[in-house]
Amino acid sequence: MNLLDKNNKDTVESIAGTIFLVLGIVNIAFVLLICIYLIIAGLPAIGKIGIIDFLFGTKWASTAAEPKFGILPFILTSIYGTAGAIVIGLPLGFFSALYLAKIASHKVRITVEPLIDLLAGIPSVVYGFIGMLVLVPAIRSIFDLPDGASLFAAIIVLAVMILPSIIKVSITALEAVPEEYELGSLALGANEIETYCRVVVPAAKSGIAAAVVLGVGRAIGEAMAVMMVAGNAANMPSLFESVRFLTTAVASEMSYSSGLQREALFSIALVLFVFIMLINAVLNVLLKRGGVKRK
Amino acid sequence: MKKSIFGLMTAACAAAAFSFSAAAADYSVSTDGSTSMEKTIGSLGEAFMEKYDGAAFTYNPTGSGSGIAAAKEGRCDIGLSSRALTAEEQQTLDGTTLALDGIVIVVNPQNPISDLTVQQIADLYTGKITNWKDLGGADGPVVLIGREAGSGTRDGFETVTGTKDQCAYRQELTATGDVITTVSQNPNAVGYASLSAMSDKVKAVSVNGVAASEETVLDGSYKVQRPFVLVTRKGEQLSEGAQAFFDFALSDEAKPIIAQSGVVPLNK
Repeated sequence: MNLLDKNNKDTVESIAGTIFLVLGIVNIAFVLLICIYLIIAGLPAIGKIGIIDFLFGTKWASTAAEPKFGILPFILTSIYGTAGAIVIGLPLGFFSALYLAKIASHKVRITVEPLIDLLAGIPSVVYGFIGMLVLVPAIRSIFDLPDGASLFAAIIVLAVMILPSIIKVSITALEAVPEEYELGSLALGANEIETYCRVVVPAAKSGIAAAVVLGVGRAIGEAMAVMMVAGNAANMPSLFESVRFLTTAVASEMSYSSGLQREALFSIALVLFVFIMLINAVLNVLLKRGGVKRK
Repeated sequence: MKKSIFGLMTAACAAAAFSFSAAAADYSVSTDGSTSMEKTIGSLGEAFMEKYDGAAFTYNPTGSGSGIAAAKEGRCDIGLSSRALTAEEQQTLDGTTLALDGIVIVVNPQNPISDLTVQQIADLYTGKITNWKDLGGADGPVVLIGREAGSGTRDGFETVTGTKDQCAYRQELTATGDVITTVSQNPNAVGYASLSAMSDKVKAVSVNGVAASEETVLDGSYKVQRPFVLVTRKGEQLSEGAQAFFDFALSDEAKPIIAQSGVVPLNK
């Protein structure tokens, strides 16, 4: 009887094991499929256009009689836009996190944290829509521009969109700092703000770096909201000009594209993919280093 | 007993399915051409396949020029062109206009301009006129709103106004609704949209003194329009399936489908 039970258990266990294995393999298969497909779909056009002309060409005119496929404007726009979003979003997010983790009363914290979660849950098209209806006209009248859809508008929208992830990860990092550090600093006569800025923040810096990289990842991959506020003309980036990001270059032309144009769009996606892979690699390194340090 | 009933039913089903597909087995039609007609021809194709169960319909989006060439060389049953055939092409090909695509030029309701000539529109979009006061409007920079490369509306607009590859867009948006919203937000903006997508939020500009409407598009007095043409070889019998599609596309039944896709079906 006992033996039978054990046998039964073994069967259940091996079935469960197989199911988990299959699900895990399915997951990995998706990743591999996407990688392989992107590379297969993206490489031919780069070959046809020439990698130098493609990556460093400054003119994009995909449907012109003599098409030009230079994506340097998109690459630079994506870099500038992401950097701008970090410059605005990081201080905002970081100080919010410091306040919530260390200074705010319990009551404030339990009210504000769900709101930040809510911010993270808003679909990007809603950000874009509000940007289009409120931000773009506001930028136009404040800066007296012919049109408000610009890199600047995209940076603001992206900065707001990356806030939740920066705040959340920063709070976790700040709370992971052992309390003894704080107590030690306070015992030595430092006041609270000194303790937070000189002791806690340096101790949490790898976690905060991870927050930045996460924010970069989110900002560089965002398409919908940006498409609605950036104007999408393929100009070289300039703060108050209409610009096109890597993501929006793919998204905006995909629906009606054909031939080399479509292949080139896949190539842009491949470039974006490489960027995001690099960012993820950096994130992994940072997180690992942080983990070792804490031990 | 149960088993035999089940078997009988299976046989009946199979027979029914077979007889259905047999009726339309040779109904196959291939079309090739204009990318702007994608929406119209796509929905017609879907309805066609629904009507004649089992019929095969293919559409190859290559552009009007290659569609006409494909029809001429017999590489497809029906060529699709979003421009009228030239006199030379008409010697060997028949063009049957399926529908008319009217493109409305829209400005912000605050903009006093209410009429433009085709030339003025071209000058605006190529950047020759950069301030509304040059056209008798208020002093303000012209903000050009357009559609993304590859869009049928953009292709139609640029073809009719002769501004292909020369437009200096400030914004390239991916949906007609976005164009209208953006123009409604900016007093200096001008954009273009399909006639079917017009809304009260923006003001439609008349062209050469003619306001855009289904009637003016149909009688040809509204200039910013282009025909969607079905191209067939002259004096040659279409295949049974192609003829069925051709008749279906021009029937009254197809009119609401065509209208749904945003163009004006031609009354015949």
